[in-house]
Amino acid sequence: MADSIQNDASQQNNTLLGADELVLNMGPQHPSTHGVLRVKLKLDGERVRGTECVIGYLHRGVEKIAENRTYQQFAPYVDRMDYVAAVSNGLGYCEAVEKLLQVEVPIRARVIRTILTELQRIASHLVWLGTHALDIGALTPLFYCFREREEILKIFEKYCGARLTTHAFRIGGLQYESYDGFEKDVERFCKDFERRIQDYVDLLTGNSIWIGRTRNVGVLSAEDCIALGATGPILRASGVKWDLRKAQPYAAYDRYEFEIPIGTNGDTYDRYMVRMEEMRQSRRICLQAIENIPEGAIFGKVGKVIKPAPGEVYHSIEAPKGILGYYIVSDGTTQPYRVRIRPPSFVNLQALDKMIRGHLVADVVAVIGTLDIVLGEVDR
Amino acid sequence: MSHPVTQALGCVLSISPTMQAVVAFLKTWWVELVCGVVIVAAVPLVAGYVVLVERKLMADMQARLGPMRVGPHGLLQPIADAVKLLIKEDIIPRDADAFIFWFAPVISMVAALTSMGAIYFGPAFRVAQDINIGILFVIGVSSLGFLGIILGGWASNSHYSIMGALRSTAQLVSYETAGGLAIISALLLSGSLKIRAIVDAQSDQHVWFLFLAPVAFFTYLVASIAETNRAPFDLPEAESELVAGYMTEYSGFRWALYFLGEYANMIVVASVATTLFLGGWLRPFSNVRWLDIPMGVLPALLIAALGVYCIYRAGKQPVKVQLGFMWVVALCCFGVAVIYLVPWLVAPLRFAIPGLNGAFWFLFKVAVYIYVFMWLRFTLPRYRFDQLMHLGWYILIPLAIVNIFSVGIAMFLSLELGWNRWLAVMLTTAFTLAVSLLLVRLHDKHASAASSTSAVPSDSYAG
Amino acid sequence: MLDSIFFYFFAGVAVLSAGLMVTRRNALHSAVCLVATLLAIAGIFLQLRAEFLFITQIILYVGGIMVLFIFVIMLVRLDAPIHQIRFRLQRFVAVLVILALAFEGVVILLLARKLPGEGLLIQGSAPADKLPPNSEALAKSLFSDYLLPFEIASVLLLVAMVGAVVMAKSRKRTSES
Repeated sequence: MADSIQNDASQQNNTLLGADELVLNMGPQHPSTHGVLRVKLKLDGERVRGTECVIGYLHRGVEKIAENRTYQQFAPYVDRMDYVAAVSNGLGYCEAVEKLLQVEVPIRARVIRTILTELQRIASHLVWLGTHALDIGALTPLFYCFREREEILKIFEKYCGARLTTHAFRIGGLQYESYDGFEKDVERFCKDFERRIQDYVDLLTGNSIWIGRTRNVGVLSAEDCIALGATGPILRASGVKWDLRKAQPYAAYDRYEFEIPIGTNGDTYDRYMVRMEEMRQSRRICLQAIENIPEGAIFGKVGKVIKPAPGEVYHSIEAPKGILGYYIVSDGTTQPYRVRIRPPSFVNLQALDKMIRGHLVADVVAVIGTLDIVLGEVDR
Repeated sequence: MSHPVTQALGCVLSISPTMQAVVAFLKTWWVELVCGVVIVAAVPLVAGYVVLVERKLMADMQARLGPMRVGPHGLLQPIADAVKLLIKEDIIPRDADAFIFWFAPVISMVAALTSMGAIYFGPAFRVAQDINIGILFVIGVSSLGFLGIILGGWASNSHYSIMGALRSTAQLVSYETAGGLAIISALLLSGSLKIRAIVDAQSDQHVWFLFLAPVAFFTYLVASIAETNRAPFDLPEAESELVAGYMTEYSGFRWALYFLGEYANMIVVASVATTLFLGGWLRPFSNVRWLDIPMGVLPALLIAALGVYCIYRAGKQPVKVQLGFMWVVALCCFGVAVIYLVPWLVAPLRFAIPGLNGAFWFLFKVAVYIYVFMWLRFTLPRYRFDQLMHLGWYILIPLAIVNIFSVGIAMFLSLELGWNRWLAVMLTTAFTLAVSLLLVRLHDKHASAASSTSAVPSDSYAG
Repeated sequence: MLDSIFFYFFAGVAVLSAGLMVTRRNALHSAVCLVATLLAIAGIFLQLRAEFLFITQIILYVGGIMVLFIFVIMLVRLDAPIHQIRFRLQRFVAVLVILALAFEGVVILLLARKLPGEGLLIQGSAPADKLPPNSEALAKSLFSDYLLPFEIASVLLLVAMVGAVVMAKSRKRTSES
């Protein structure tokens, strides 16, 4: 990154007032960087000529900690990575270890896992929408989004006792049965949610100021996405139809019908539309799932002590922010030898430089918002 | 009277010619002095309560409650805020220009307050007697506020403050042009710059100028939002932008002065719009005679209804102190309602009726205008600075110029050629709207062309 | 008498700020003092019942020209050019100007044989009601007697605006090529 900025300095030194290029620091403490992210912007007047991200302010050594915990003990740690979508993190980890153990999870557990994960996807996208709109100046959608998210968090609290860092799943299945009224709560939320999405659409989608701030801002072509490894809504908004829920189905996704929204332009507006449509599709999955939750056990054949045979596994799921991957190496003991996590935000953040070149300083905030990064995931 | 105190006072006052001169001065200018003192004393308090109203409205539109703790329903919040700001430590950055740092917020506030001197807040409530250049004075002096902004940004000795100040000033100057041109359209209809003459013209023509020049009103609405740095034009002072604005280094009471200056400016701009477009102190349907008495008693009834509502809410307050405070508020409302009703009942005081009612309607319209400001702030996202300037120069200014022509043509058609006034207005308004659609279409094409990024060769596999 | 008080106040402010303006080291302080001078002069205009001139002074001079001055002072670094230019005859010219002003002052006092405020320099201002409103009188004469100069002036302003836009744009083009 540093080299590319120096290259730019020698090639494009003809700035407007003949002044040197200005390096502006969007420091770790900033209302709009969504966490402790430091972005060094190389500016020529108003235009951004290059960026350099400095991360690591939230590094907690999660992967090292994993080497000293048993598999079950490590499960709460993964919630704290992408703290906005904790349930997805848990799903990825539990499924990875189950793949390592080659144990099958009963269908009832898989269906309930799917419902909770899709609700979490909606919650994560609501946080994204509220904060993104707030950065661009719309003050009101934030409160509406958090009001909806409150309903989802209530469901989580009723289910497992925690709202944010849920630790909802266990290796082998679920610990808790779905509570009485689970289907009713989810159904009520989904029925209300359609109307609420319409609220957001009314406020933002057709608004010419919103379109002016997001169209053609932060364009990322499909080739660039694939080359940089950007996944999730960013990849889909650039036109690539790749969603792990359809391509490599996990949990119970192969039982339900849903669509993958694709964008055309790869700009901020398309990412906004893709995520809005994803919320609608998640709602659709939830409604289909609660119609028919199969009866049965919720825990597979996993003993109290998890000691997988030596080997390695890589398992990835479609988290709300992109492809979340777990690479687990086992050496035969109760503690993993190595857990390497591929966080979607970490890889997506590297696309920031390409997206922001040539734009104005005011667009930096919009582009960081549209990347939907969570620093807990980026830094681990 | 031959009361001993007045006799003594008379002796003292007639001692020297200077005292006599002072007394003569006071006798001729006492109305203006009282109104001036009321404005200077009341505007900061009113601005504080406008901030409270904004917070409560914002909360209401965002499905929450807003300030509730300080006083019942947060009614004492502005006072708590003012006390807090006054007792804050006064920090001046070390490398800042101390004199200008001190001076800049003062300019901002003084410009706003001085421009209120020419505004008629009702047929009788004003500081300056009817000056010949009424509206021009208000606009010209309130535009001096830019000095406060730019000097404040400079004195902070911070790169971001200067950038924010320069941007804010550029925005102000551009939209002032558009606003001024929009005002000219209304002035064409009134034929005079005097404030009294403008409102009298609306009274004589039996219609508010809003209906005769709607495009001008809309243009002035947009321009005034940009002039007071309100959303969606508040990029220079929004904190999610890198430039934190000219007010960054100011804390405590200095910041409060800036803030109050901004809200006082809002009141000034709303007053200008009310005078020019919304009929000033005229009540709705001011020429319908049989509505004289019902509409005349309406202000008193509304205020009394507010008092009744306060008593109703008082019963629901959780704490005794808040209950007592609500009763105080209710009694104040009833007191004001009584003041409004007394002239109707006591014959010699009849002369006060137009003054009181006029003030009520004027303030009501100003409040509606400011409500629209706040409503837009909570609904719309922010414009980027280049989009903002593009909107001002490419759309609003041409639209305002075309509107001057169209209002002139409408006047010519109706006054010289004798057409029906409404027909002329509708024709020319349709023409102006067509022009504005054309401008917006051109603007969209330009915006989509301008926001495409400069071509950087894509080499994703490079290191 | 009120008139005199106001006049002395405005004139005093004007003279004081003008003096401060030429003696400040900081360019921005000078600009602020110039603003104060201009506002004081506007006040004197208002006293002479020339209210349109008063507001034009404020809107155009303070609100337009001083904006330009202040922008330029803030955006352009003035230290470098100042060291380059040395005008050797500065003191000589200053002495000449002071002598001329003093001569003028003495002549005025001798001719008037009165101090300012005693009736000569402040003409008895015309009674307010008999004067037509300033703006209307100005507009009438501008559009009837002085129509040609008005049109020429507007064309001149248009040329200046177009020239400024062209100059700003061409700079941008050369620096990006």
